[in-house]
Order: sequence, then structure tokens, then C-alpha cells
Amino acid sequence: MCLFQSVMNYLPKEVLEHVFDFLTSHHDRNAVSLVCESWYGVERFSREKVFIGNCYAVNPERLIDRFPRLRSLTLKGKPHFADFNLVPDGWGGHVYPWIEAMAKSGINLEELRLKRMVVSDESLELLAKSFPNFKSLVLVSCEGFTTDGLAAIASNCRLLRELDLQENEVDDRKGQWLSCFPESCTSLVSLNFACLKGEVNVAALERLVARCPNLRSLRLNHTVPVEVLQKILVRAPQLSDLGTGTFTHDPDSETYVKLKNAMKNCRSIRSLSGFLDVNGRCLPAIYPICTSLTSLNLSYAPGIFSNELIKLICHCKKIERLWILDTIGDKGLGVVANTCKELQELRVFPSDLYGVGNTAVTEEGLVAISAGCPKLNSILYFCQQMTNAALITVAKNCPNFIRFRLCTLNPIVPDAATNQPLDEGFGAIVQSCKRLTRLSVSGLLTDQLFLYIGMYAEQLEMLSIAFAGDSDKGMLYVLNGCKKLKKLEIRDSPFGNMALLSDMGKYETMRSLWMSSCEVTLGACKTLAEKMPRLNVEIINENEAGEDKASCDDRHRVEKMYLYRTLAGPRTDAPDFVWTL
Amino acid sequence: MEKGGGGGLETELRLGLPGGEVEKNEKKRVFEEFDGCEDRAAVHKNQVVGWPPVAVFRRKNSFNEGKLYVKVSMDGAPFLRKVDLTMHKGYTELVRALEDLFGCFGIGEALKGDEENYEFVPIYEDKDGDWMLLGDVPWEMFAESCKRLRVMKRVEENGVGLHAKDLLKGLSKED
Repeated sequence: MCLFQSVMNYLPKEVLEHVFDFLTSHHDRNAVSLVCESWYGVERFSREKVFIGNCYAVNPERLIDRFPRLRSLTLKGKPHFADFNLVPDGWGGHVYPWIEAMAKSGINLEELRLKRMVVSDESLELLAKSFPNFKSLVLVSCEGFTTDGLAAIASNCRLLRELDLQENEVDDRKGQWLSCFPESCTSLVSLNFACLKGEVNVAALERLVARCPNLRSLRLNHTVPVEVLQKILVRAPQLSDLGTGTFTHDPDSETYVKLKNAMKNCRSIRSLSGFLDVNGRCLPAIYPICTSLTSLNLSYAPGIFSNELIKLICHCKKIERLWILDTIGDKGLGVVANTCKELQELRVFPSDLYGVGNTAVTEEGLVAISAGCPKLNSILYFCQQMTNAALITVAKNCPNFIRFRLCTLNPIVPDAATNQPLDEGFGAIVQSCKRLTRLSVSGLLTDQLFLYIGMYAEQLEMLSIAFAGDSDKGMLYVLNGCKKLKKLEIRDSPFGNMALLSDMGKYETMRSLWMSSCEVTLGACKTLAEKMPRLNVEIINENEAGEDKASCDDRHRVEKMYLYRTLAGPRTDAPDFVWTL
Repeated sequence: MEKGGGGGLETELRLGLPGGEVEKNEKKRVFEEFDGCEDRAAVHKNQVVGWPPVAVFRRKNSFNEGKLYVKVSMDGAPFLRKVDLTMHKGYTELVRALEDLFGCFGIGEALKGDEENYEFVPIYEDKDGDWMLLGDVPWEMFAESCKRLRVMKRVEENGVGLHAKDLLKGLSKED
């Protein structure tokens, strides 16, 4: 044993703890805890933040047992494809048991971040009443609660700093939840209620903003009119992140002038979103802040014409993150390419979901962006058509992609110029982008693409496949090649039992696998479940709820299968239509 | 669904290379309903679940999908109402909804032809600002171009009923 190792063995715990304090990423902390028993012990008593990517991978009790000093918990629930209506209501992902367990054990919870989970009002009430130091609640794509639950949080969390609601389905009881923040609440730093449908008490909102001097981030919902926005900006010129409500007003009115002046005074705004209802002619009011913006989200802003968007973009030279609708057009993307040299992340969403020839962006826009924006590393692009040539050019221009998601509105459209599959184009992307961790593919694709992915995508962690491939070989290339794969989700592709069962141990190295409308049969799923006790293999069977499970033929294709590694065994809260094998 | 999805490619969508053997059974099940149909409603109905992969929240909250509320006025009613056109699949349903809203019956009669025995004439203002009689164009075309609705009440003149076109003429004179 070398000198260094012996020294490390005799370092007192306090020193180790202090050293571990510098490790903020959970990857690093996880790695450190595997070194030896003593490090495991020190690490677990000093860890305050825990990330659990699948809430069914582990029990709350186990979490609390291992990390008694837990202060911040991040949990994810439903599989990603739940976003697209592929997971029926009632599947699961309830947060209540977690909150209950932490409350019972006296955990000093300060922060809770949830994604795709079911959050009831009861859980919010329990949360609000159980943790006196609770500071931060972030809910993303969650459901199951109403504004009554929010009222409980507002009323009881004396030290609340952050209430961030992103894209949740909230039942708006049109109560006075916002008025429930007591006069003594002055600690708010971040408030985002953009996804709420109902009106809020604007007087209460203005008073709240006025008494929270540390407020940095405020995102309003569509019911907050421009007059109120203007007053808020006057009271809170220190804001760095603003989400407007509606943005329709008469550009000739006094309100508009006042708003423009208020905006000019907000010299700290770096991030802008909202415009949930907008009159394009009012956009010049925000030009003064555009010059320092680093993040702009206009993806929920309806009906801004391409030329108005273009005029706006011309002011945004420092933009790093841009979310926009495809109404910007290829021409508009050309302007982005010429103007936004700091651009790192671009998302172009479809404005017309049924795209009957109307979609405004094609491969041209993507190529222009790749050529003009050297720092681009993350893209989500919905388009009418694509070509291999374009993708090959993009791959050459941007070898730094970390996330690359391309979605053609017709899921199996071939190369628009040559009619060939898009294998070569996506292949070029994975070959060139050595740091790619997330990939979504679409268009006409054969097994050849998956051969490329298996060969080149060494850092790939998440892969989404739809209507692609020819045979089991495709899936096998991916499973065998992508050593760092964590999440694989596949729909409507001809992958079957041979691929599923070829390397069963692989699934214990991954977080989860989703396969729907593929070729896997019930029998194969049963085999997998039997051989791998540390996996939960769930079959979602909407049509046959209640049917005698024993009578199901093993040769039947399974419509939806979701499997994940777990230490918690089969879950006890599965509904009727979920069958854990 | 896709017309000219790439230089003459047939719109029969299937998995596998173009020109290759079509896989039997259900691989093209989801696309069999797409056959170059122009009718957006049919595309709507036969929509592949979850494609394009736009999150449900975004779909519901983007202007192109979700609700389409238009004002409805009824002659003689003290206040206007609003209807969500996306909640109805056709004229019959819409008319029924209007009848519920205003507590009356027979709004749809005028659409059935040149009958004398109707009391109401349902019309709408389209994108061009013209007042049109309900029912002439396909539902989807109507839903896209309708800015507001109005249910006109027939005015008795010497016991003779007015035809719809006379009412409409009267209306354009008002403008």
C-alpha cells in the first residue's frame, strides 16, 4: 500500500467531510461513496442533496435510512412518454408516501423538486405543515393538485423562497391562494405561476412583490393584464427573470408608454418568457431589454408574425437559449444565425400540429443555424422535412452537440431530396458529436442507423426511437454498443423478443426501458421478469383490465411495457391496468 | 396525409425501405387511415397517438389546439354568450349547444332548406368580415374562419316569414 493510501485511511472523518463538501454533483458523491466503507459512511452522513431519477427504484424508508441529513430531494415519476399520452391516467408516481415518510422521520426538508409526479393537495398540506425550514418547491409537469394546495404552501411555509410551477395540470379553484402569503412573508426569490388558468388577486400580487426585495424571478399567468405588469416592474426593477402574462395593449396608449419606461428601468432582466396572448405590434416595448437577454422563450406566444419575430431577434445579440415557434421560418432562422452568436440551445416547436404542408421550417433553417452559431450544443427541432446532406453539414459544423432531438412531422418521411432513409445523416451526427448524451431520431430509418449509434455514440445516455428500424438487430446494436445508456424508449418499431432477451443484465445498468407497439410478447416479458428479480417489468394493458391474467396467451404481443431497475421490489400502488410480472 | 412528402413518394406509409416488402399485419395499422385525405377532421380523428411528440401541456396551451371560444349573440337576448368551437364536431352539435345556451329550440331549422317555418337564422362573421349563413362550408373550414356567431330572429311582417337571404341583405346594409 502506498504512502498516499495509508494517509487517506487515517484522515479524520471531519476532514473527509470537509473535502466532500466540495463535491456538488451527485455523480461525484455516488462515486466517492463506492470507494470504501469508511468513505461510504462519511459521505452518507454529509449528503444533503439527493437525486432519484425513478421514484420506484427505491423506497422512501431506504432513502431516509441512508441519508438522515437530507435537505433537498429531487424525484422523477412517470416515464417520459407519458408526456405524449402514452401512459394512462392513474399509472402512479405519487409523492405522498415520500412526504409522509420524511415527516415521520424528522427529516429537515428544505427543498423538493418533482417531475412527472402526482401531487395531491393532501401532500402539499402535509409538506407545508411538516417542515418548518422548507424553502423551495419546484413542480414540473406534475398533476393532481389544486390551488387549495398552493394556498397551504403559501400560508404555512414561513421561509419560502421559491415556488416554481412549470407546465403542471392544476385544477384552479379560483380561490385566493396568492393572498395566503402572510404579510410577514418577505423572503420570496422566485415565483412562477404561469401555468395556472385562474385569476389571481392582483392587489395581493403587487403587495407581495413590493415586500419581497430579493425577488429575482417572477412568471405571471395569462390573466395578469399589462397594467399590472407595468406596476410590478416599477416595484421590482431588480428582476432577472420575467414571464409576462398577456401582452396585448394598444401601442398608442398611455399604458404602453408607461410599460416601455418601466422595462427600460429593469436593467437586470436576462431571461424573458410568457407572452401568453400577444399583439405583435407591442413587442417594441421589450426592445430595450433584448440587448442583454440570455434566454428568451416565445414558444407559447401565439400569432407573432415572422417579420415581427425577426425584428425582435435582431436586438437579441447575447441570446444563449432560444425557444420559439416554427412560424419564424427558415428565413427567420437565418437571421438568428447571423445575430445570435452566443446561442447554445435552440428549440423550435410546431405551430401547426397537423402540418398539412404549412410548417415553416425545413432542413435549410437547421443548416443556417449550425453554420452561424458556433456555440450551439443543444437542439430540439420540429420540421416538415429533412435531408441527409443537411444533417451531414450540421454534423460538420457543430461537433459539440450534447443533446440532439429532431422530429419530422411525418414520422417516417425519407430524405426530401433523395428519398433515401435518413440513416446517413443521423449517423454523421453521432459520429461527429463525441459528447452526445441525448438523441431523438425520426424520419425513415433502418437498422443501419442503429449500427452507427452503437458504434459511435459512446456517451449516449438517453435515446428515443419511434417508427424506426427493420429488425431485432437494430435494437441489439444499441444495447451492445452504447455503454452509458441509461434510458431507452421505443415506440412502434419492429423490435422483439430476441432483442429484449439477448442481454438481460444490461437493464440493471440502465434506469429504464420503454417499449410500446413493438414486437415483444408476454412470454418474453415473463421470462425477463423471472430471470431478473431486481427489475420491475410492468405491462400496461388498458383494454384488458379485469380480464383474467392467467388466460392471457404468452404469444400475445404486449402493447406497452415499461421496465426499470429497482431495489424496492414490485410496487404496491399499481392500478388495475398495470401488471408487474 | 402528406402530399408529396418527397418527390413523388407514394403516401402509403410503411416501415422499411421504400420499395421493400411490406410487413404484414399491423405494422402499418396506424397509418392505414391516412390516404391523402384532405379533410383535417379525418386527420384529427385518425391521429397517431402522441405524434408529433409535443407534450400534452403544450398542446393544450398552444393557440392552434385547445379551445376556440367565439362570442354568440342572440337577437333580443340581454347579453352575449361564448361557445368553444373545438368542443363540437359538427353543425348539429353546435346548434344543439346554442339552443341550450339560449333556452330555445329550432335554431337549426333555417339550415335545412327554404322552409318557411323557422324562427331563427344562425349566421357567423368570417375572417373577411362577411356575414355568412351557417352550414354551407365543411365544419373545419367554418371553425377556422369563424370570428363570431349571431342568431337572428325572424321578424314577423304581416305574417310573412323572411327568407334567410333577405335577412342577410338587411344585415349588410347595417354595416
